Amino acid sequence: MNEPGPDLAVPVLALEGVSKSFGAVRALRSVSLSLYAGEAHALAGENGAGKSTLIKVLAGVHRPDEGAVLLDGSVVEFGGPAAARDAGVAVIYQEPTLFPDLSVAENIFMGRQPRRSFGRVDHRAVREAVAALFRRLGVAMDPERPARGLSIADQQLVEIAKALSFDARVLIMDEPTAALTGSEVARLFAVVRALREQGAAVLFISHRLSEVFELCQRVTTLRDGALVAAEPLAGLTEADLVRRMVGRTLDSLYPKQETEVGAVALDVSRLTREGVFTDVSFQVRSGEIVGLAGLVGAGRSEVARAVFGIDRFDAGQVAVGGRRLRPGSPSLAMAAGLALVPEDRRAQGLIMQMSVERNIGLADLKAATTAGFVSRRTERDRAVDWAAKLQVKYARLSDLVGTLSGGNQQKVVLAKWLATGPRVLIVDEPTRGIDVGTKAEVHRLLSQLAADGVAVLMISSDLPEILGMADRVLVMREGRIAAEISRADATEQTVVAAATGATAGSAR
Amino acid sequence: MTAPTTAAAGQQPQPQPPLAAGSARGLLDRVLRMRELAILVVLAVMLVATQIDNTSFLSEQGIKDLLLNATILVLVAVGEAVVVITGNVDLSVGSVLGVTAFAAGDLLKHGGNPVLSVALAVVLGAALGAFNGVLVGVGQVPSLVVTLGTLYIIRALDSIWVGSREITASLLPSGYKTFGHDGVSAVPYLALVAAVVLIAVGYFLRDYRSGRECYALGSHAQAAALAGVPVRRRVLAAFVLCGALAGLAGALYLARFSYADAGTGNGYELTVVSAVVVGGVGFTGGSGSVHGAALGALLLTSINSVLPAIGVSSVWVEAIDGILLLLAISVDRVMALRIAGLLRSRARQARTGTNG
Ligand SMILES: Nc1ncnc2c1ncn2[C@@H]1O[C@H](COP(=O)(O)OP(=O)(O)OP(=O)(O)O)[C@@H](O)[C@H]1O
Ligand SMILES: [Mg+2]
Repeated sequence: MNEPGPDLAVPVLALEGVSKSFGAVRALRSVSLSLYAGEAHALAGENGAGKSTLIKVLAGVHRPDEGAVLLDGSVVEFGGPAAARDAGVAVIYQEPTLFPDLSVAENIFMGRQPRRSFGRVDHRAVREAVAALFRRLGVAMDPERPARGLSIADQQLVEIAKALSFDARVLIMDEPTAALTGSEVARLFAVVRALREQGAAVLFISHRLSEVFELCQRVTTLRDGALVAAEPLAGLTEADLVRRMVGRTLDSLYPKQETEVGAVALDVSRLTREGVFTDVSFQVRSGEIVGLAGLVGAGRSEVARAVFGIDRFDAGQVAVGGRRLRPGSPSLAMAAGLALVPEDRRAQGLIMQMSVERNIGLADLKAATTAGFVSRRTERDRAVDWAAKLQVKYARLSDLVGTLSGGNQQKVVLAKWLATGPRVLIVDEPTRGIDVGTKAEVHRLLSQLAADGVAVLMISSDLPEILGMADRVLVMREGRIAAEISRADATEQTVVAAATGATAGSAR
Repeated sequence: MTAPTTAAAGQQPQPQPPLAAGSARGLLDRVLRMRELAILVVLAVMLVATQIDNTSFLSEQGIKDLLLNATILVLVAVGEAVVVITGNVDLSVGSVLGVTAFAAGDLLKHGGNPVLSVALAVVLGAALGAFNGVLVGVGQVPSLVVTLGTLYIIRALDSIWVGSREITASLLPSGYKTFGHDGVSAVPYLALVAAVVLIAVGYFLRDYRSGRECYALGSHAQAAALAGVPVRRRVLAAFVLCGALAGLAGALYLARFSYADAGTGNGYELTVVSAVVVGGVGFTGGSGSVHGAALGALLLTSINSVLPAIGVSSVWVEAIDGILLLLAISVDRVMALRIAGLLRSRARQARTGTNG
């Protein structure tokens, strides 16, 4: 990898001694950061370390309490996101922020539509620009479809297209790859590299450390809102980076325990949903962790949703513990001991306007209910318990979930479903946006659950996670189960080959 | 340089070409237009059926009456639609219409210029709209609460000011009244005014950035702020426009009926909101069009004229309005589900290419 030396003269965009607090929470403490043209800069740190807050300061969303933002060496005050954008700063926020009622194309160009005479929006030019953009990114999506109903991965692709739709001098990406699989990530990186070589400055956040090493030249690490280190990546190892982030070394990211595999707990046979997935059959035994791999859009989440009864299906059946489930009823599925940690926490997992405590209690109100009344005391105790187990970082249990950092929201979703004590647990991207330290903790927890006899079906786009945790790997391609690979045979090559349809031989 | 370092990236599938931009173009547009088409069909069937039953119904005067009846509601519904598209609602339009109608009449009564009195009504309406807009946009109070409050406040102030006075035909200049009744053959002047407003606002919403931004912020306000949409300014503008149109409607109301008192426009907001919803403007914001809202208004007022023409008691009118409202909402719901299904299979086809 040739490293274009940073233009030592002046950083394109920089922060100097920036602090930012939300009430009692000090999200950033006197942080400085310099982004140079032609350099990709990584921002590392645990969940809640302040990365997204830093980005929002750069993007003009938050005004710093102290310190300054510098553009080309001189102090600027961005009045809002529009001002930052007009200065050439493109931002991909951690949570996709699309307009569900508008078309994908409009989403991408909102506020910046090309115009023709009399200031009218040139709808045709918008469409063509988006089509060209999608071709460049290799995205197969109809630009005219509404954004409503897009999967998280597709939403992220739209966000990426949005950020790349104008000639940004600074490209800021807050976990753009969290829901993407290898091939989409490779394509994104190729585009980002090209931009960087043309002189753009890049700021990149990811909890997948391999991606950080692949894309970036420098790294700044935050811990509890304070700067820990800012250094070149060359010469560092992943372990070094983890130590800077969490302040200690990690034993193992994939603490897989050997478990006793028991009876079939989840039996899915010939499940078909017209145009979505076809003839999907598999079993998960108690004590077993089965990984479900595949490219974005292969139909993995859709199968999970159908199994849990959120979506209907056209043929086939689902049985839990030998008893056939009635289709289309999540509440019956829950009663039968099924739990689903969904992919899209904003839309499906959490109620943003409710407190941490109530969110955790929500899926299992029954446990805290006596004679029809919910005991706030019991609810609180259980919430404290689970929040501690998952190391959720919050100021008070009564804080609204919406104010937690992205990774901490994900932990609350997990806590909510684990609190129900399921027999069969389906987790869809369980560690999306979760930092390495807690990732190991979530893996340990899943492993422990399996050891306790829970059947776990784990959907993940993070291939090392699948390889590290699964006893068996199911690979989906285009709505069908393309392969079943045992733990012994599962390697990056075999799984990717099955997911893409390439033969295993050509993968080497 | 671009050599991927992970095996996963080493063998990416061939990129599928995205759908040709034209092939699935305008699914959203088509759905919207379908709604408008459906209303037109219902309207046509209803009018033709009535005509068969009562052959004098669609005479030149009959058509003129239909259009005259619709004009006021269309104007207010267009303004309301813009507010609803931004994800808000304005319940004060009835009160604004009442007070502006009387204000215009008061000026005319004292020998004021007719053009000036229309302008006064529009400006007064815009000012009241601005008051709503400031409270909602800047004060961040939910619009339902704000405009429910101003509905009563404006009505109360109106009652205090007007008392038991009334504006009657004898107090108005004859030119003003003629303007309210006459037209170009079957098309009344008032309907022409409404048509111009409708076309202008529709054009603005469809073809201007600020118009598109109204949809954006109604669809997801937070995302709109992140996209750099000046949310407060747009919300304020929507309320000002809505108030101004309610004011214009007030002045035209006076021209049409040659009457205004303290009770004018009482309860009108409900009819307006029904028209907007029946016309397919989503109450959660971000979808629909002013054309739809105008058609909704035309449908509601036509029912009002049809029922007496075929000898049904007018007490049924409100019940039928209500049924239409529920019907419209159910249709929206069903359509939403069907579209979701359609999109899913489309997306799959797009992904798996032609061999899928
Ligand atoms: N709007 C807000 N109101 C209150 N607290 C907030 C708000 N935004 C962020 N915080 C708090 O600031 C801290 C830093 O959050 P931030 O989102 O920057 O973390 P992060 O490093 O991006 O974490 P993650 O990896 O989980 O995305 C957290 O403790 C969070 O709860
Ligand atoms: Mg974050």
